[in-house]
Amino acid sequence: MSDRSLPTAAGVLPARFAAWFALRGWSPRAHQLVLLEKARAGRSTLLVAPTGAGKTLAGFLPSLVELAERDGEEREEPALRLHTLYISPLKALAVDIARNLEVPVAEMGLPIRIETRTGDTSAHKRARQMVRPPDILLTTPEQLALMLAHRSARELFCGLRRVVLDELHALVTSKRGDLLALGLARLRALAPGLTAVGLSATVREPEVLARYLAPGAEVVAAAGGARPDMRILETAAVLPLAGHTALHAMGEIYAAIRAHRLTLVFVNTRMQAEFVFQELWRRNDDGLAIALHHGSLDAGQRRKVEAAMAEGRLKAVVCTSTLDLGIDWGDVDLVVNVGAPKGASRLMQRIGRANHRLDEPSKAFLVPANRFEILECRAALDAVAAAAQDTPDARAGALDVLAQHVLGVACAEPFAADALHAEVVTAAPYAGLSRADFDTVLQFVATGGYALTAYERFAKIVHGKDGLWRVANPRVAQQYRLNVGTIVEEPMLKVRIAKPRRRAPGMPGTILRGGRIVGEIEEYFAETMSPGDTFVFAGEVLRFAGIVENEVVASRTSAGTDPKIPSYAGGKFPLSTFLAERVRRMIAAPDDWHRLPEQVASWLEAQRRRSRLPGRRDLLVETFPRAGRYYLVAYPFEGRLAHQTLGMLLTRRLERARLRPLGFVCNDYGLAVWGLADIGAAVASGRLRMADLFCEDMLGDDLEEWLHESALMKRTFRHCAIIAGLIERRFPGQEKTGRQVTMSTDLVYDVLRRHEPDHLLLRAARADAATGLLDLKRLTDMLSRIRGHIVHQSLDHLSPLSVAVMLEIGRETVYGEASEAILAEAEALMIEEALA
Amino acid sequence: MSLVEGKAAVGMRAPTVLTLGGAAFIADPAGALFREADRLLVVADLHLEKGSSYARRGVLLPPYDTRTTLQRLARLVARYAPHAVLALGDSFHDGDAHGRLDVDDRAAIADLQRGRDWVWVTGNHDPAVPPGAGGTVAETLVLGGVTFRHEPGGTEAPEVAAHLHPVAKVRLRGRAVRRRCFVASERRCVLPALGAYAGGLNVRHGAFQPLFPDGLTAHLLGEERLYSIAGPLLVPD
Repeated sequence: MSDRSLPTAAGVLPARFAAWFALRGWSPRAHQLVLLEKARAGRSTLLVAPTGAGKTLAGFLPSLVELAERDGEEREEPALRLHTLYISPLKALAVDIARNLEVPVAEMGLPIRIETRTGDTSAHKRARQMVRPPDILLTTPEQLALMLAHRSARELFCGLRRVVLDELHALVTSKRGDLLALGLARLRALAPGLTAVGLSATVREPEVLARYLAPGAEVVAAAGGARPDMRILETAAVLPLAGHTALHAMGEIYAAIRAHRLTLVFVNTRMQAEFVFQELWRRNDDGLAIALHHGSLDAGQRRKVEAAMAEGRLKAVVCTSTLDLGIDWGDVDLVVNVGAPKGASRLMQRIGRANHRLDEPSKAFLVPANRFEILECRAALDAVAAAAQDTPDARAGALDVLAQHVLGVACAEPFAADALHAEVVTAAPYAGLSRADFDTVLQFVATGGYALTAYERFAKIVHGKDGLWRVANPRVAQQYRLNVGTIVEEPMLKVRIAKPRRRAPGMPGTILRGGRIVGEIEEYFAETMSPGDTFVFAGEVLRFAGIVENEVVASRTSAGTDPKIPSYAGGKFPLSTFLAERVRRMIAAPDDWHRLPEQVASWLEAQRRRSRLPGRRDLLVETFPRAGRYYLVAYPFEGRLAHQTLGMLLTRRLERARLRPLGFVCNDYGLAVWGLADIGAAVASGRLRMADLFCEDMLGDDLEEWLHESALMKRTFRHCAIIAGLIERRFPGQEKTGRQVTMSTDLVYDVLRRHEPDHLLLRAARADAATGLLDLKRLTDMLSRIRGHIVHQSLDHLSPLSVAVMLEIGRETVYGEASEAILAEAEALMIEEALA
Repeated sequence: MSLVEGKAAVGMRAPTVLTLGGAAFIADPAGALFREADRLLVVADLHLEKGSSYARRGVLLPPYDTRTTLQRLARLVARYAPHAVLALGDSFHDGDAHGRLDVDDRAAIADLQRGRDWVWVTGNHDPAVPPGAGGTVAETLVLGGVTFRHEPGGTEAPEVAAHLHPVAKVRLRGRAVRRRCFVASERRCVLPALGAYAGGLNVRHGAFQPLFPDGLTAHLLGEERLYSIAGPLLVPD
């Protein structure tokens, strides 16, 4: 290996370990030894290293050395204390790491007990672990929260020496990261001798991540690996202006798979995964072992694919972000990324899945699916070449998560508010938490925190005469245990293959039950389908028959049936601000177009000629008539979520201005609104000013009004209510038994919004809306950026760029105004039928 | 902003009138029936104090449901100035619900009752309405040739009932809208629940079929009017 110049190795590494390294033919890497030194000095450390740098061993080495050096008495003591806690975002990763760790322990004959604890661990074993813990326990953030809420948590953790956090960059960007940060703060309070080790891929601001790990933690960066060998897949075909299928490139992808040992084909959505899988098999004359892996597939099926990969029995796996993280399933030598990468750091992560040997380059092909995506791929390649990262900013801790944590602490032992507040602000996401907000959370946990104090007698935690808060009764702890964690699944429906049968004409069809379950899809996706629609799932074309209770019933179709390609829905990652800025810059600089494929350059040239180019800081808005409708197309480049929110607000304003909008669609780059009135003419006559239409004041009353009925906002509220413990995960209304009168959290949202708009849960939901499904923060930033920079181009025909957005019509869900319009239309349809 | 302001043109529509055995009822989009002839206002399934009922079990829902429901009722009473109000059962979520009412909410009920007849029809949630609730209590009631009861399914026609909390879901062009609704045929009408926390049962559920063997029309509650929809446009949940 490369690091030969390590004079300290002999001094730092005990003989037994040095011998083991030698036996394996390895020499310890510099960062591994540095971590060992830091641990000896009692320092917490963040290790930033590329894949294949021996991160895991570096993280555990200090623990192994310390445990090996225990004297005989400590070792023989029967009620051993937990020494090291390892936390991973994936339970499969925890299990995998445990297995890997057993190797050096066994080969050196170290007297160290290693166990895992996940949701799959038996209740009996988990109970035993609380009393008689192993030396090293590998687990997940949710299990940590559960252990911390246990009455013997203090006893279990008081001797804890080290905590190792794996894939830390992936953990910290979500509410899971908030909960983990609070758990770490708790651990530091329980175990004064604790040091933390964080393992992370390269991030934009390692210091911020180190601060998350522990106050005063230091950053150690391992030398980077070889530069990845990546390029945009050349294609002879004419690239489409829109769409995400990359159908034109399937032949080339297939050829690349054939030429490599094991290829991972990453796509952005489940729908794309299904489509690409189908298309590859359509071409699979060689009968290559190509498998499919995405989060909605049955877990058993996913395990089978993973095992086959590990055993080297597969040639390629088509997968979504489910395989983004850490597990080495096999000897991958090529990564193909279909569609736009959406973020430079995400792309690096994915490429890192190929080739785990540090000194050999990972190989990757990017396959843009349309012309906009070529620009995005180009921008991502430039960013990667410049080693520029676009990992998200550190988050401010969510209040709903804090509420969950406070209840967990109370379940473990009585606490004093002052002490807990002091502890909580040592967690980086909560460093800025005011005492007033902390007290609000405390009141929420106790009695719901309502201005109308109606629930004193039903309090969950009570303030005792001794000044301590404690749980009111044991049932509260039971409730907490059922509700722990921050992952709220979208309501999912199982997909069952069955044969539909028709009853008497005019009656709703009955559906034969009893077929095989092939996986799950989101309820909201199922809602968009009508009986008879065909869709691709689990690698097959299925015909939707209906929803029966909590299952989607579908039938197989005959060979060769074309799926009615469903919407792109489920693209979780919007274009990063960073890449968007690079794409805008590229479009605005015709001198650089020679770096783009000829067909893209000429497309941009046509745009310049027939309309104009969106500027780097401008917002280009085009208006034009087409086929009896009037269109407005804008290019903010802020990602689908922000565009969706913008579209909702714009249609509201146009409606009020009596410009009769009918609907809109959007993609990551722009949005198109159409209606019955001539928007361009309204601007020309001075009836409408673009600056007013895109004015930031839309984030005031218009937004409030829309939030009132927005399904996305209600979904966000439901997540917060569950995480904060207001309602249980199995709250009626989330279970579709179809047999009972069900109540939904939407009713709770409506009532709370009317009577206490500043309630903690609504504040939490609004904070989520800023970054989550509504991406309000990005929209706000954009509106302020373009103030005074709106360029309106009135056209008499559509423009080359607009085509790419307009082609989404029919592919994407079309958004309309409020639900009243749908009802009115349904009623009109009925009357029409009756008169016909 | 200086956009041209203007309310979307909403034509003045005649209210939806449901005819039951010759008696005409105005169906109000807030979810109540009103009979002009005897100035009778009918509401259903208030489920007062459902929130505090959950709170007793450790689910601390916002304690404003009773207030919200009573405000809805007060707006209806103000709009129609009825001589009599009929609450069609499950007015109180459980046996102790009346006892848990806030002072203000108690006063609000008393205000509404003043100067008019008030009948609590009993329901499965409130088989015994406490005397302190004011008004009179009845199990079923026949007024002007129409039978009023909590649970639908009596043999006497025409019948106005509650209990099922009907909701209807309409799906069109990839979008689904779910709303509370009246369900009506010529001989029977089931009212939507008025209670803020009252959930709903889809009209495509098997419970409705025997009550409406010849088919049903759902009158969905809209912002300003009802939407009357039947047949295949109504989808199950």
